[in-house]
Amino acid sequence: MSSATDFTLAIEDLTVSFDGFKAVDSLNMYVDRNELRVVIGPNGAGKTTVLDLICGKTKATAGSIKFKNKELTELSEHQIVRAGVGRKFQTPSIYENLSVYENLEISYPAKRNVWGCLTFRRTAEIEARVREVAAEIFLGDLLSMEAGLLSHGQKQWLEIGMLLIQDPELLMLDEPVAGMSVKEREQTADLLNRISQGRSVIVIEHDMEFVKNIAHKVTVLHQGKILAEGSMDQVQNDERVIEVYLGH
Amino acid sequence: MKAIYNNLLGGRQGVIGLALLAALIFLVLPMFLDIFRLNLVGKYLTYAFAAVSLVLIWGYGGILSLGQGVFFGLGGYCMAMFLKLEASSPENTAIQSTPGIPDFMDWNQLTQLPWFWEPFNSFPFTLFAILAVPGLLAYIIGVAMFKRRVGGVYFSIITQAIAAILTILIVGQQGLTGGINGITDLKTLHGWDIRTDSAKYLLYYINGGLLIGVILLSRFILSSKLGRLLLAMRDKEDRVRFSGYDVSNFKIFIFCVAAMISAMGGAMFTLQVGFMSPSFVGIVPSIEMVIFAAVGGRMSLIGAVYGALIVNYGKTYFSETFPELWLFLMGGLFIAVVMFFPNGLAGLYEKHGKRIMEKIKSLRRKPTPPAEKTLAAGNDTSAAAREAA
Repeated sequence: MSSATDFTLAIEDLTVSFDGFKAVDSLNMYVDRNELRVVIGPNGAGKTTVLDLICGKTKATAGSIKFKNKELTELSEHQIVRAGVGRKFQTPSIYENLSVYENLEISYPAKRNVWGCLTFRRTAEIEARVREVAAEIFLGDLLSMEAGLLSHGQKQWLEIGMLLIQDPELLMLDEPVAGMSVKEREQTADLLNRISQGRSVIVIEHDMEFVKNIAHKVTVLHQGKILAEGSMDQVQNDERVIEVYLGH
Repeated sequence: MKAIYNNLLGGRQGVIGLALLAALIFLVLPMFLDIFRLNLVGKYLTYAFAAVSLVLIWGYGGILSLGQGVFFGLGGYCMAMFLKLEASSPENTAIQSTPGIPDFMDWNQLTQLPWFWEPFNSFPFTLFAILAVPGLLAYIIGVAMFKRRVGGVYFSIITQAIAAILTILIVGQQGLTGGINGITDLKTLHGWDIRTDSAKYLLYYINGGLLIGVILLSRFILSSKLGRLLLAMRDKEDRVRFSGYDVSNFKIFIFCVAAMISAMGGAMFTLQVGFMSPSFVGIVPSIEMVIFAAVGGRMSLIGAVYGALIVNYGKTYFSETFPELWLFLMGGLFIAVVMFFPNGLAGLYEKHGKRIMEKIKSLRRKPTPPAEKTLAAGNDTSAAAREAA
């Protein structure tokens, strides 16, 4: 097994195989504290699968994922979340029947067992935190609106807010600006730069303009393996990357 | 105080709905029905327990249990075992080859009481078992299914299979359970004759009181954060999991609560009807219970009670008049509900009833312009609907 490291996230020899097809193949990847990492790559490169593996949605065939030197591959989803890993899905995944306020309140990290939920009371502290996060994700005025009535971009923000309220140390976002207007993309880039202070963030994204705006370091995945890794400039000028991804 | 008003009673809307139901059960029906018909209504109201439990687990939890009859039946059987033992005192059963055991055991050549019947000599134990036996079974099923993430139609099929298995078991073990005839000839509870008219009145009122209590308890659960979490799970189970909740625990909890509520109905059924048999355990009664909840509105606790009353009244009326048509009517009713008014009677009320009520109100209060009133009412229906349920 791998040794202890300073990295927030250390992925080593990670492999997952679906009926013999290796979606992720002996992957090694390290994410530093307070780093904002962007993962890019063509469709089917295994980007979303990597996130699924980290957050426990998919079980690894082999290899290790260490979060602050804690092995994640053996934990179940809710334990991984409680350890401090938050994950946003590709399509906005919010509770359409509940209000924006209730969406955030449910995500607030307290009283997450059955008894706690039965005896849960709204406190001033929770209320303040919900309002703070709502303001941050540009939904401060829409707290009582049913979440299903929000625009697509607002739903994406709400889901980011639902993660923020948990204050995770590692935040993973799968295509956060998909389906957003140009203005919303700018706002989201701002938001990401703000919220990445004090935590590590992994973002999967196709929009290269957006990636340039936010990335500290870029990882290019191709067929389950790392094709290139480095700064945006380095990656953009890498011939192999241009051939399989950027050139198209 | 205000929290109790809003959470337990469901605000003004909820109080009115509950008061109307209580008035119907406690005043109107006893006033206009003779004891025979009132006893029938009491029987229908025991099914309402199962319908309310389905609102919790199916309406809010999104888990369609086709096995509520199992829990209803277990509750009923626990009560029946106690009453049967009391009816089988050595003096009453002196003509049997083994006096002091229930008659059907004697007919099946049993010479002593089976071990699991022994504790049912005690009334406190029986009351405990009425809740604990179905609760424990639900817990075991829940852990086995939900921890493995069995859900949706697979869960429904498995609960249905359990209903079938339990029926076969009861019918097959005639000496231990009374077989296809069930446990009959129940007479007294601690010497109190449950077959008299006065006892029937009292049991009817106890049943009604328990039902209102169960509705209040359910409201408390649904208005807590757990209620919102159930809706969230129904909508986006993965998101709940990735917000740090162990989803299966919540499903197990609500499944157990629903089982115990159904069991209370079963126990009251035995007391009011005077016997318990496998025909209230199996697949058909379990599906009928789903129909009660669907007709009443699966998101409405009070609607479920009306659903149970109306469908059962229809069943009695039609099966007295055209017995062979009843099953087709029931099937047709279920299809019609699913196709045309998926939120049942409660949904119809939300859609049309409220508007009519507002119109009547605004006609009475001349000064306010009616159009404005109805508009305002239309806007807050969706939020109010959830609160009121």
